[in-house]
Amino acid sequence: MPDQLIFAMEVFLNGLMAGVLYALVALGFVLIFKASGIFNYAQGVMALFAALTLVGVMEGQVPFSHLVNAVLGTEIHHFGWHVPALLAIALTMLVMIALAWAVNHFVFRHLVNQEPIILFMATIGLAYFLEGLGDIMWGADIKKLDVGLPQGINTIIDEYTYNLFDYGFFIDNLDIVATLIAAVLVAGLIVFAQYTKQGRAMRAVADDHQAALSVGISLNWIWVMVWSLAGFVALVAGIVWGTKSGVQFSLSLIALKALPVLMLGGFTSIPGAIVGGLIIGVGEKLFEFLIGAPYLGGATENWFAYMLALLFLVFRPQGLFGEKIIERV
Amino acid sequence: MFYREAGDFKTSYAEDNQTFPIKFDRYRYYAVLAVAFLVIPFIVNDYWLNAVLLPFLIYAIAAIGLNILTGYCGQVSLGTGGFMAVGAYACYKLMTAFPDISILIHVVLAGGITAAVGVLFGLPSLRIKGFYLAVATLAAQFFLVWLFNRVPWFYNYSASGQISAPERTVFGVPVTGAETSAWAVYLVCLVFLTASALIARNLTRGMAGRKWMAIRDMDIAAEIIGVDPLRAKLSAFAVSSFFIGVSGALFFAVYLGAVEVGEAFGINKSFLVLFMVIIGGLGSIFGSFAGAAFLVLLPVLLKNLLVGSLGWPTDVAAHLELIIVGALIVVFLVAEPHGLAQLWRVAKEKLRLWPFPH
Amino acid sequence: MLDASEGYTTEDGRKIGGVVMEMKNITLRFGGVVAIQDISFDIREGEIRAIIGPNGAGKSSMLNVISGFYNPQEGEVFYKGEKRPPMKPYQVARQGIARTFQNIALFEGMSVLDNVMTGRIRQMKAGLLAQALWKGRAEREEVENREVVEKVIDFLEIQHIRKTPVGRLPYGLKKRVELARALAAEPSILLLDEPMAGMNVEEKEDMSRFILDVNDEFGTTIALIEHDMGVVMDLSDRVVVMDYGKKIGDGTPDEVRGNQDVIDAYLGVAHD
Repeated sequence: MPDQLIFAMEVFLNGLMAGVLYALVALGFVLIFKASGIFNYAQGVMALFAALTLVGVMEGQVPFSHLVNAVLGTEIHHFGWHVPALLAIALTMLVMIALAWAVNHFVFRHLVNQEPIILFMATIGLAYFLEGLGDIMWGADIKKLDVGLPQGINTIIDEYTYNLFDYGFFIDNLDIVATLIAAVLVAGLIVFAQYTKQGRAMRAVADDHQAALSVGISLNWIWVMVWSLAGFVALVAGIVWGTKSGVQFSLSLIALKALPVLMLGGFTSIPGAIVGGLIIGVGEKLFEFLIGAPYLGGATENWFAYMLALLFLVFRPQGLFGEKIIERV
Repeated sequence: MFYREAGDFKTSYAEDNQTFPIKFDRYRYYAVLAVAFLVIPFIVNDYWLNAVLLPFLIYAIAAIGLNILTGYCGQVSLGTGGFMAVGAYACYKLMTAFPDISILIHVVLAGGITAAVGVLFGLPSLRIKGFYLAVATLAAQFFLVWLFNRVPWFYNYSASGQISAPERTVFGVPVTGAETSAWAVYLVCLVFLTASALIARNLTRGMAGRKWMAIRDMDIAAEIIGVDPLRAKLSAFAVSSFFIGVSGALFFAVYLGAVEVGEAFGINKSFLVLFMVIIGGLGSIFGSFAGAAFLVLLPVLLKNLLVGSLGWPTDVAAHLELIIVGALIVVFLVAEPHGLAQLWRVAKEKLRLWPFPH
Repeated sequence: MLDASEGYTTEDGRKIGGVVMEMKNITLRFGGVVAIQDISFDIREGEIRAIIGPNGAGKSSMLNVISGFYNPQEGEVFYKGEKRPPMKPYQVARQGIARTFQNIALFEGMSVLDNVMTGRIRQMKAGLLAQALWKGRAEREEVENREVVEKVIDFLEIQHIRKTPVGRLPYGLKKRVELARALAAEPSILLLDEPMAGMNVEEKEDMSRFILDVNDEFGTTIALIEHDMGVVMDLSDRVVVMDYGKKIGDGTPDEVRGNQDVIDAYLGVAHD
């Protein structure tokens, strides 16, 4: 087999893995969008915020210590304890639920029936707020996150492919674990949405707010639940991304890639989010490998996803799996 | 008492159509112009110029541009930073390629080039709407920044990858480069801002503005009464990008002098200008001024107050700024979607009746 | 039936002219659903033409075909004697066909005056540059067209709300503003989509008066759809009756009233 093809295969596999992570973030978008029509730009920052909180809790950081030190002239930083990963994750989840409640209570409860674009801009404001809050609570320095997920080259794949092609593929264990986690998460969400009372209520709200209200479903409750679920998805995404490349601001930018993923997959489709994520992940890695790096000076991953989505939308505005829009007067 | 329209009768439709139909507004407008052109140039110093005045003047142009697209035509764009970069790099290429032509012409041409790029990225707006379009404009943002970063022709193959403005003069007075004087730089930007505001106002009170607003309020109905949606949207993209390009050119050539594209025109710039438009008031030229002033002054005030007076570290102040700006966006969208401009209108209503409560 | 080339005289003595618009064998489908099936009728200059029928009869679809929002799969539309090729709605509007909407489609963020001014799109052709400078043609056009618009505003008695944002108006006034916007276009055919929907008796009477006055004063050709039989019969010169996408009657109100199919459709007879 020619080398180029083998390299391309490796790039392809790595792209699939990256795509899984995009899909993970995109899932959070889909959840909120389906249930409330809000296109949550802050999903990426929520992942960052969750990861920051998780690190902070695990390392026993004092929240707002920078601010407190600045105001009172004190020198506090840490409580001096370390919290085990699982407990820390549970505590972080509590924070995310509190956040979900606050977001609904202070923001979106007051924006019911506003145009989608107003809601969208509100989530941009929310993203700024959360970014500042995360920084001021936990500090803006880059942090390492290790909750015990396996990392490093997967030796089995390495050896197997070496025997096959004389070239060992570099696939990170973390990516494999992330794929498994994503699969479990998606399965869990589908089971939740299809087979639980809350899930059915959520789908009812997604379908028709008014009708859901009229059969006695509390919209506020559903929205808090959905934002909590999105917070959970953000936490999972934050853990995986954070473990991979450190907890830092760029995490929220990587998460922005979920937007083109959704434009490909359609905003209301969970399978769409996954397929869209994979296409974007593979597409941008292959494009960079085949065209970007050799001919265009590299770093095409910055824009490839958006351009692909843009072109796609022009020719199929409803995405791969979205429903066709019929306009009426 | 202070603000009256009673007795201010119009005897022709032309009078009723003017920019400031109420006498009091008109006089105040002349007074502001007089102070801006005749007083400030004599008292401006470098600190005020660089910390407040220049950013305000330049961002106000960008905000007017984005307001035409988003506030009047209803098309949200997150590509403002990218379009400002087009203006900056177009201006740079023109300045270095045609050193004998006036910088003023280069700035206008840079606006024109940006308008063309804006139209190109506006084409999808016929097919996609709302936040779909907003996300699509992210493609412009990321692609354009990448382009100026990676294609050496745009920065004339300079080793640093930066572009820096050579010295150019207007009527013999240097306005770019190292040896500028505060008043000259200020006046150049002020002239561009004044012209931009007048043009924007003329467009928005006439048929072009009505078509844009019709598209914004109900695009299907607009088409059925005779608005060609493609032309209306593309003209909004063109006009909007023109102003944003001019502001990008000034931002680079006159304000910063040297620019690294990712730093100066990154996605945060897109958000900053969008926030100016939201806080100032969607669909209001005055709002563009108010929003730009607010978001230029806020960090200066915070820094002076928290860092200067209280001695807090700068990063805490910067993070607080993010929180405040984010919260303000939400507060304005919830409580006053028409922004500062609406607060101003309400204040005027109150003044008109003062001292009576109703 | 009446002769296509010549007009006729109504009971109240108005002269009705030749055919302005003719629909020939129009069929419109959405997927498998047939909304309009092989319908033909014409609209004559100066008349008030009504299309009536029960809910779901395809009246609105018909209006949307006339105004170019839907393109029918089969059939031809003749406008002023010429076959109209498939075109976009805005092109149809620029040929002089103006309309109102069942669920008011005003531009809520704009003032009444600006809304009505948008009706003048066809007549205002100044370029972007002229508008930017507010000089020459642009300035002249604004004033000239404002005069026309003010006449319409006077006519419909909405002077007092000229500068009010449309979003703040009550329903009845919004309907009137919408009529004003369509009238401002000086259309050769004015389409009214359920102009009385959601109105009380008094408002209906006002609206009927305005419709008759418009027709009388400006000689505007009007095609309207409505399911309030009483109002329609009083207003219109000729009526098309639709049911389940088919035409079941066409003629003067009296002719239609006596038509057995129409009576069945309205009183309910089992369809087979």
